[in-house]
Amino acid sequence: MSTTETNEIEKLANQEYKYGFVTDIETDSAPKGLNEDIIALISKKKNEPEWMLEYRLKAYRHWLKMEEPEWPNVTYVKPDFQDIIYYSAPKQRPKLNSLDEVDPELIKTFEKLGIPLDEQKVFAGVAVDAVFDSVSVATTYKAKLKEMGIIFCPMSEAIQEHPELVKKYLGSVVPYTDNFYAALNSAVFTDGSFAFIPKGVRCPMELSTYFRINASNTGQFERTLIVAEDSAYVSYLEGCTAPMRDENQLHAAVVELVTLDNAEIKYSTIQNWYAGDKTGKGGIYNFVTKRGLCKGVNSKISWTQVETGSAITWKYPSCVLQGDNSIGEFYSVAVTNNMQQADTGTKMIHIGHNTRSTIVSKGISAGVSNNTYRGLVRVGKKANNARNYSQCDSLLIGDKCGAHTFPYLEVNNPTAIIEHEATTSKIGEDQIFYLNQRGLSTEDAVNMIVNGYCKEVFRELPMEFAVEAQKLLSVSLEGSVG
Amino acid sequence: MDKNKDIKELLNRGFTSLESRLNGGAKTELHEYRKKALNKFNELRFPTVKDEEWKYTNIQPVISKYFKPAADATATAGAGDVEKFFINRNDFIHLVFVNGKFSEELSSGWKDTKGFKVSSLKSAIKNHPDIVSKYIGRNAAIEDNIFTALSSAFIEEGTFIYVEKNTAVEKPVHIFYVTNSNEEIMNAPRNLFIAGANSQIKIIESYESLSAGAYFTNVVSEIFLEEGARIEHIKIQDEALSAFHISRTEVSQDKSSNYLSYNVDFGGSIVRNNLHTRFNESGAENDLRGLYLTSGEQLIDNHTRIDHAMPHCQSHELYKGVLNDNSRAVFNGKVMVYKDAQKTNAIQENKNLLLSENALVNTKPQLEIFADDVKCTHGATVGQLNKDSLFYLKSRGFSQETALRVLIFAFANDVVHAIDIVEIRDYLEKKIAEKLATEL
Repeated sequence: MSTTETNEIEKLANQEYKYGFVTDIETDSAPKGLNEDIIALISKKKNEPEWMLEYRLKAYRHWLKMEEPEWPNVTYVKPDFQDIIYYSAPKQRPKLNSLDEVDPELIKTFEKLGIPLDEQKVFAGVAVDAVFDSVSVATTYKAKLKEMGIIFCPMSEAIQEHPELVKKYLGSVVPYTDNFYAALNSAVFTDGSFAFIPKGVRCPMELSTYFRINASNTGQFERTLIVAEDSAYVSYLEGCTAPMRDENQLHAAVVELVTLDNAEIKYSTIQNWYAGDKTGKGGIYNFVTKRGLCKGVNSKISWTQVETGSAITWKYPSCVLQGDNSIGEFYSVAVTNNMQQADTGTKMIHIGHNTRSTIVSKGISAGVSNNTYRGLVRVGKKANNARNYSQCDSLLIGDKCGAHTFPYLEVNNPTAIIEHEATTSKIGEDQIFYLNQRGLSTEDAVNMIVNGYCKEVFRELPMEFAVEAQKLLSVSLEGSVG
Repeated sequence: MDKNKDIKELLNRGFTSLESRLNGGAKTELHEYRKKALNKFNELRFPTVKDEEWKYTNIQPVISKYFKPAADATATAGAGDVEKFFINRNDFIHLVFVNGKFSEELSSGWKDTKGFKVSSLKSAIKNHPDIVSKYIGRNAAIEDNIFTALSSAFIEEGTFIYVEKNTAVEKPVHIFYVTNSNEEIMNAPRNLFIAGANSQIKIIESYESLSAGAYFTNVVSEIFLEEGARIEHIKIQDEALSAFHISRTEVSQDKSSNYLSYNVDFGGSIVRNNLHTRFNESGAENDLRGLYLTSGEQLIDNHTRIDHAMPHCQSHELYKGVLNDNSRAVFNGKVMVYKDAQKTNAIQENKNLLLSENALVNTKPQLEIFADDVKCTHGATVGQLNKDSLFYLKSRGFSQETALRVLIFAFANDVVHAIDIVEIRDYLEKKIAEKLATEL
């Protein structure tokens, strides 16, 4: 490759994080550290009922007994859990009736992020439950959804207004005993989204939340719970950007999905948190537990994720296929550049009869980053006629990065058909040459090839997201060929 | 840990008895190595299922036995007992070990010739001490593996093969490790295969038994291929169904060498094979093939690791398994491509057939890649036979049972049908068919 090309490429690779700004809003924070008092404080601030506090304390006491896991293929300085502020909320918080009442600073922030909160964006057909530093600020479209019986609100509100539903489903998929970070989250989560789609309702719009980590030093502990009752359908979008920070910030969210008979949940994520600078300084630790339970027959859960940000990504959106004929899907694009590390993949647990799962994972590593696919396909003894197809491809850009594949297949039933395939390759010089020769610049050529490589995953995304995902890819990656 | 204290104590006593037999041998370099290995063995702990490398294989049944070194066993075997294992008495070189002891009368054709030395390790230690001490322990480190440390502490016997450069050995060397004991004994053979530059050799290693004891084979093989060397290595494990078998094969490959491995497992109650190859220089190739046919309560665990440390090397791996009854199989294949190992080609495949609802397979093909200009793929499948193929055969008049047998045989035979040595290939094909006939 010629020097001019290399220069251009380097320029692109060195692009600074576009969304690095800090909104200056007074925040009302708890003191640093974690103990039972802090948990009681969070619970009190949130005006929670007694049972919720008990749940938190149970989780906290269990967490104290647990050790931070060390098996993932990532290295980092372990967070000091006593050095984190566990609660921070924008101070001014009266009940808001319309957008005019929202702090204009906040509106500006959302505009910069392109959240479709204002009137024009309504045409985009997105109902937004914006989570700004742990407290939901504004919610649109609520009335329309309410009419159909759909509940879509912040978790804190759900705890107040729909305690029976929260009690029934919270922790039913990811119990607080599940893992270290799930226990921590169960103890200290401040907010998140709750969606409930009643029997027979097809949610008419994509539900969406924007998570954003804003106040310095506040770990974000989101809790999301989505329940689709019999024959219900919902598509949920989650997208993230975060301001530039020098200290590592911890994000340990828990997402639980439940589908009953014939229901379907489609969960799409774009994660573009601050990944740290080129030397690996700063960046978000993204340690997330995401799991869906296909509880009913013929139910379906589909995860699609585009992971481009975070210094460390460590998450495995999983499906427990309990209902007969249930389907689990996982489509992922994980991009790592510079010093980023990602250990991500999925778990497909086949329990019911005739369950099917598909895994398509595309890993792209550039710079000196490490990208790991780790997946589990387990077929239980009684899961007759289970079917799984997994494909995980890795693309290496440059010779200093690493790609790792750790698939675990555990099959305990002779009627299962399980296939796993993985390939590793690079962008061929001949491919670039071909596109150059057709008049495309190297940068466009790489962009085109990478987008083609990820197409299988992108086409699973809702359209607005697919566009954003392609943009993200160009920013986070295309420049690094050399 | 207290639970395993007994076996450690017992083996330490076995070591003392080994030392008392050595006479002058106790002062040699080799014995220092044994002592070092024993210390390491005492230091290390036995792995549990909490260790990632042993996640699916619980070795508690192995270490809860009271093994004594095979040298202290009483039973032996005569020609009449062992001859039935021979595949080609006339044309192969035979080395036969019974309960870990080399049997001169059962072995044949093992005299050193020009450019080629083959003998029991014990006589090699006596006749070629410099070669032995140069190579022993070079590939198989005792530091990280308690079974290697244990096996190394009891190095006495095994097979020594040394092919000088530019020598092609025409006769295949067939090694038999036969166990005949109802006692709980541990065999710890050590194999040292060295192929000099541009040499060629074919080696067959068979593990057979004449009894149904709960004995334990803990074998370590160190294999060296110098520039342009070629080794075809066939390991046939047909231990008693009550026996334990843990093997470690360490292969180092120099420039443009070619290592071809066939690893066939029929017997054993708990079997663990570690096969590790490393490319030291560029242009080398290997082809690792494995087959495991399990039934009853068997557990067969194959761990392979291929280190692509140098550019322009190729590896090809195919492991297949047919599982019946309550048996379990584990496959863990790791392909490591190092930073500068550009133009690496690595293909890995693991295919499994489950014949019963209680059979379980855990497969974990892994790729770890640090170079960008490489072609690496891996695939794993678990499933049943293709229904279309079955239908086709039935439409041609095959009964369900015959059609199944034909297809399963074809599935398994895929691994061994490329073996060069016709007699061995025929033998394995027959053996596979037999095992399938009794299993189905």
